Amino acid sequence: MAENNNSEKKYLFDKPKNVKRLLYGLYSCCIALVLLEFVIHRHIYHSWEELFGFYPIYGFIGCVLLVLIAKWMRTFLMRDEDYYDKLEQKQHQLKTDAETSSESTKDSKGGSDVDA
Amino acid sequence: MWMPELPAFVPFFIGAVLALVTSGKVRQAILLITPVLSGLHLLTVPVGTILSFDFLSFQLQVFEVDKLSLLFGYIFHIAAFICMLFALHVKDTLQQVSGLLYAGSAIGAVFAGDLITLFIFWELLAVTSVFLIWARRTERSYIAGLRYLIIQVLSGVILLVGIIFYAYKNQSIDFEFIGLGDTASWLIFIAFGIKCAFPMLHNWLTDAYPEATPTGTVFLSAFTTKVAVYALARAYPGTELLIYIGVIMACFPIFFAVIENDLRRVLAYSMINQIGFMVVGIGIGTALAVNGAVSHAFNDILFKGLLFMSMGAVLHMTGKIDGSRLGGLYKTMPKTAILCMVGAASISAFPLFSGFVSKSMVMSAALNNGYGWAWALLLFSAAGVFHHAGIKIPYFAFFAHDSGIRTSEPPKNMLMAMSIAAVLCIAIGVYPQALYSLLPFDTGYNPYDATHVLTQTQLLFFSALAFVWLNLRGMYPPELPSVNLDIDWIYRRLFPAILTPFFSTFWAIDRAVRRVFMRGVNGLLDMISRHEPDGILSRTQLSGSMVVWVTIVLAVYLILSFW
Repeated sequence: MAENNNSEKKYLFDKPKNVKRLLYGLYSCCIALVLLEFVIHRHIYHSWEELFGFYPIYGFIGCVLLVLIAKWMRTFLMRDEDYYDKLEQKQHQLKTDAETSSESTKDSKGGSDVDA
Repeated sequence: MWMPELPAFVPFFIGAVLALVTSGKVRQAILLITPVLSGLHLLTVPVGTILSFDFLSFQLQVFEVDKLSLLFGYIFHIAAFICMLFALHVKDTLQQVSGLLYAGSAIGAVFAGDLITLFIFWELLAVTSVFLIWARRTERSYIAGLRYLIIQVLSGVILLVGIIFYAYKNQSIDFEFIGLGDTASWLIFIAFGIKCAFPMLHNWLTDAYPEATPTGTVFLSAFTTKVAVYALARAYPGTELLIYIGVIMACFPIFFAVIENDLRRVLAYSMINQIGFMVVGIGIGTALAVNGAVSHAFNDILFKGLLFMSMGAVLHMTGKIDGSRLGGLYKTMPKTAILCMVGAASISAFPLFSGFVSKSMVMSAALNNGYGWAWALLLFSAAGVFHHAGIKIPYFAFFAHDSGIRTSEPPKNMLMAMSIAAVLCIAIGVYPQALYSLLPFDTGYNPYDATHVLTQTQLLFFSALAFVWLNLRGMYPPELPSVNLDIDWIYRRLFPAILTPFFSTFWAIDRAVRRVFMRGVNGLLDMISRHEPDGILSRTQLSGSMVVWVTIVLAVYLILSFW
């Protein structure tokens, strides 16, 4: 498949240059936003907000922590894709099998025998 | 003659019956016209309209209109129309009829003026919506639907018990402010909490919604939880416990969303996170906070609907929804990608998008009322939303590594439905006064001041920077085909693991006891019925001994007759 795609037309982000451009765009926006704090006087409602660049710092650190903690949670929360399916669909299968087979055997055996 | 007292759910139920007996183009027309006509009708209904009648000794107010219910009534009509349009290509009577009934039930619930009417629609919501899950017709969706139905009906049963206690104590079934206090109020609170996906009670949502059909999930995302938010806003505003609950709801799901692989399940977690903001607003309970909560519910229906629609479109076109199996779809689905990003920007609360004008009201209210800790945690989760819903969803579906999938744009009706939602998201963001005029209170709030725009933009851009940095460093957790354990593990794994051996032992003992007993009975019968020479019934007896026995019996009889 991958070989066939080479002949395909190039899309926007197939060129590494465009990805670079996007990233530089983001970096310059970030820098501009921090610099804007010198120009715009923020209203302070909470003592934490007095810190210069509180929102950029909070956003960045918050997200890094979020991802690192979530990644750590994987170590004890992650299971195989069919973790539940294995059990549930097997039980469901057994149940439906039992229903169909008991219907077919009911007449010959004359009801469900405890000893059967 | 026009009657404003016609309850708003009635057109939907009539529409559902008509959709059942028609097919093809006629049915499609009915599906689209029903919410439009009903919506036009609702526009003529003034605040204060009441339709009530006596039932047994109670007065049922089937249709009671005030500003709060009207707001939810409007958005449910818009959502119903968008959902219907999105699902128009589907040729499945089950989904279309249950979709109309489900939307009608939600509308009935928000206009219920008394608790019994509320209960009826509460249960109807559960029963009608489960078919949207079962309509996927896979074994997995069947089992997930059963779990969903059990939990939803349980919420209804708890509500009913609460209502009975409440009616007995207050001699009234009016649906108005309840507030936490006695047992009845707690039961009703828990019933609302289940549908509202309170922490620990939330798992039905993340379990069942991603198993529904591509179009069914869009319906599901719009109604059930928002009815619960409405019910809380009416009955429990200013309940401080809700602030704690709401903050937990806003924070914990974002961790799960970051590591979840099924992109619709990511959105389901993100939904709990957004409802968390609404619950905090209701908990604070001031005019600004409640306004924030309900307007965020309004906006959430649109942008979460838009995100679920874009993922539904991806699932519909590719048959895949896992982040690990998707990527690079922007090449063949550019319009869907752009519409998805509009939804992502709205949920992340970028200025000029709808989330910005409603989420900030809750945050401001938290600060104004001295809940600084709640504000700090909500701010963290606001950054987290951008991370998992704003970036992760579009990035892993449409960009990231090229999965090699080449498909095409979804059907026109899907694109149109998404476009309508996207236009509304931007329109509300640009001109929030239109939405504010519908809110229950007039607070004169203005979201667009320099501080707010600057701080929010800083927060979001640096969250994006964190994503880029983690990705470039290779620290971002890759999308893996996996399942993550959540509370549902308790009832899907732990209970079966404990109960299965318990019941198998129980049945084994039961079987053994019955076997021993049956053996005794059979032995006795054998002994009695044996016909060999020494068998109990085949022994030869002397007729003289019979005479002796008769004499004894008569003698006993004679003695007894003396008393």
